[in-house]
Amino acid sequence: MLRLIKNLNNIWNKFKDNRKLFWDELEEQMVASDISINTTGKILAEVKKYVYSENINDIEKIKILLKKQIIEILKTDGGGDLKISTTPPTVFLIVGVNGTGKTTSVAKLAGMFKEKSKKVLISAADTYRSAAVEQIQHYARKLDLDIVSHQKFSDPGAVVYDSLEKAMARGIDLVIIDTAGRMQTSYNLMEELKKIKKVIMKKIGREVDEILLVIDSTTGQNARNQAELFNNSLNLTGIILTKIDSTSRGGIVLTIKNDLGIPVKLVTDGEKLDNIHFFDPEGFTESIFS
Amino acid sequence: MFDLLTNKFENLFYKIRNKGKLSPDDLDDALREIKLALLEADVNFKVVKEFLENVKTKAIGEKILESLTSYQQVVKIVNEEITRMLGSASSGVVFAPGGPTIIMTVGLQGTGKTSAVIKLASFLKNKYQKKVSIIAADIYRPAAVLQLEDMAKNIAVDVYSESNSNPVSISVKGTELFRKSGSDVIIIDTAGRLHIDEKMMKEIVDIRNRVNPHQIFLVLDAMTGQEAVNIASTFNQRVECDGIILTKLDSDTRGGAALSVYYVVKKPIKFISSGERIEDFDIFYPDRIASRILGMGDILTLVEKAEKVVSEKEAKKIEEKIYKNELNFEDFIGQLKSIKKMGSLDKIFSMLPIPDKNRIFKKINLDDSYLSRIEAIINSMTVEERRKPHIINGNRKKRIAKGSGSSVSEVNKLLVQFSKTKQMMKQFSGKKGKFNFPTGNL
Ligand SMILES: Nc1nc2c(ncn2[C@@H]2O[C@H](COP(=O)(O)OP(=O)(O)OP(=O)(O)O)[C@@H](O)[C@H]2O)c(=O)[nH]1
Ligand SMILES: Nc1nc2c(ncn2[C@@H]2O[C@H](COP(=O)(O)OP(=O)(O)OP(=O)(O)O)[C@@H](O)[C@H]2O)c(=O)[nH]1
Ligand SMILES: [Mg+2]
Ligand SMILES: [Mg+2]
Repeated sequence: MLRLIKNLNNIWNKFKDNRKLFWDELEEQMVASDISINTTGKILAEVKKYVYSENINDIEKIKILLKKQIIEILKTDGGGDLKISTTPPTVFLIVGVNGTGKTTSVAKLAGMFKEKSKKVLISAADTYRSAAVEQIQHYARKLDLDIVSHQKFSDPGAVVYDSLEKAMARGIDLVIIDTAGRMQTSYNLMEELKKIKKVIMKKIGREVDEILLVIDSTTGQNARNQAELFNNSLNLTGIILTKIDSTSRGGIVLTIKNDLGIPVKLVTDGEKLDNIHFFDPEGFTESIFS
Repeated sequence: MFDLLTNKFENLFYKIRNKGKLSPDDLDDALREIKLALLEADVNFKVVKEFLENVKTKAIGEKILESLTSYQQVVKIVNEEITRMLGSASSGVVFAPGGPTIIMTVGLQGTGKTSAVIKLASFLKNKYQKKVSIIAADIYRPAAVLQLEDMAKNIAVDVYSESNSNPVSISVKGTELFRKSGSDVIIIDTAGRLHIDEKMMKEIVDIRNRVNPHQIFLVLDAMTGQEAVNIASTFNQRVECDGIILTKLDSDTRGGAALSVYYVVKKPIKFISSGERIEDFDIFYPDRIASRILGMGDILTLVEKAEKVVSEKEAKKIEEKIYKNELNFEDFIGQLKSIKKMGSLDKIFSMLPIPDKNRIFKKINLDDSYLSRIEAIINSMTVEERRKPHIINGNRKKRIAKGSGSSVSEVNKLLVQFSKTKQMMKQFSGKKGKFNFPTGNL
């Protein structure tokens, strides 16, 4: 997917003739992948440093340098896994702005852990959106999984509480909570999420195992604001990058990791239940140059 | 609070302060800053490049380099250009003469099509007294029909749906039915699809060919990044769109995608959606988006206001004091008054180009009563205390607190903030040489 430097070869002749033009175009291509101008500048500064100090004149070497810089930013040192608690139920809270793919991702995650023979329960805590409950119920039926839902407009905190009660009673391994989409700028709705988090922590007596922000890969620079504000309210543990089957490159996750240290943990690449994968920084970076 | 506010004012006014005549290098600097602003706003990089070339030509043509307020003028030209571009767009819906107007929405997954269909239906129903009906042509997304029906119930609009059918035949049958039943407007809600999904793109082409909608709207998420141009171009190539519905403008996105798409695809933005409620929908106003994209808030208005409020002489005096590190509470209260003259704090604040305003706003509890409290504290100081804040000891603090009806800790907080501000300004004036105090000498 993220084939951001696919035209590197095309602009290579410029490197020989006019270096400034070469770097400018490289910068443009990175920006075109939605990497922020700051992150782009940072990566290129590092690359340039080597190129000039070591007098590098070989496009393959420049590619390697670029890759190294990008992997450096994306790598997590083992922090890319999902945390499974030793005292079940493990709890994943899925959050994000409207329409990014939260509900679908909840279903995909549930399917993924069901495959691993875990007992999964879905908590339908989006009580706001029209037919949100029916949408997730559809997936729960399809996957033959437990689901807890309340009436429309009821308190999402109560849904979560109820879900955890039932999970504990039924010996569930993993509870995945779907929440309503909300803008990071909406004070009240962010407070509502904080409250949900408190409910969970009180019930399980520890931090929530995973709080994952769902980011749509077609999103531009605003994704950074999303990550920052959701993180301020909730202390995110990671990101699910969705819709990477589109032509957008999701480069903003580089900026998010670089600026805020929040790693991408999963990616989704379609509307089917098995279109979910663990994020692999090396592969991701590798695919840039394929 | 004051810290933050000065900080913002400071950067802002430092940037747009009168630089005197602009050299060609200065013009390039200004354009580079605008380039960054546009890229940060998600304007497509190719569009940015072309656009700035145009602005440059125009700036040179208008001889702004010889003008005294050239920096502002560059910003003004850019602002005008964007507004002009977006504004050449006609707004609203064109109703078909005679029979019902058929409208189809298309777009990527999750952009807000279904919500937009409902909002548009309600808008046309209430504003134009039209009989509106909706066709549910999304057979893929779980509970898509239910979603539509549930929302349509609230606005009392009929929905046509079929199970075990395909979107083309649903659309054909639905339009026939609603034509007969006397609908003025028929809106088709289609499933989300990727522009590169050939099979799905063919589906909307088929619907178009069979139903011949009068208007096809591309629903575009305002937060879309650099790919917006390709997405919009492809949809436009396949089904020829008549306009764009821009959604999720209630986010703090700067919305550069709108500009890019208009620039490349030349299709007007017709409507905007800025929230989840049915009322959060309106006809598009180009000028609002232009300044938002530039991240300028209403800088220009602010500049004018500030110019009126603070006399040049006053500003000079303060500038000198900052330089000598002599700023005291008397000046401070003068500044507070100036700020207040510019309007209510939240109003001023809302004009500033600060991302994420809401959060900051909540955090610092920025309201006018807070300003008044500060004013009350300063008013309870003696003249000597105001001029030499360092003499304020514990006893004096108690007295000031009592006199102003506040607590000692509030007095303390103000003193700390004040000294920080002072330091910061000192640094600033030291580094940048001649420094214009935030509210003066623009
Ligand atoms: N192409 C593609 N579409 C996706 C992907 N993930 C989700 N979608 C689609 O995106 C749309 C929105 O997905 P949802 O899961 O409902 O999104 P959400 O975040 O729960 O939305 P709200 O609850 O309304 O905020 C649906 O049409 C999904 O089918 C993906 O990886 N690729
Ligand atoms: N905050 C905000 N949310 C919006 C706006 N417009 C739509 N939404 C929300 O975005 C999410 C997706 O909206 P839908 O109308 O279902 O999007 P769609 O394009 O029909 O989605 P698919 O049919 O799955 O492709 C829902 O949660 C909506 O409530 C808006 O202007 N602001
Ligand atoms: Mg959802
Ligand atoms: Mg829909």
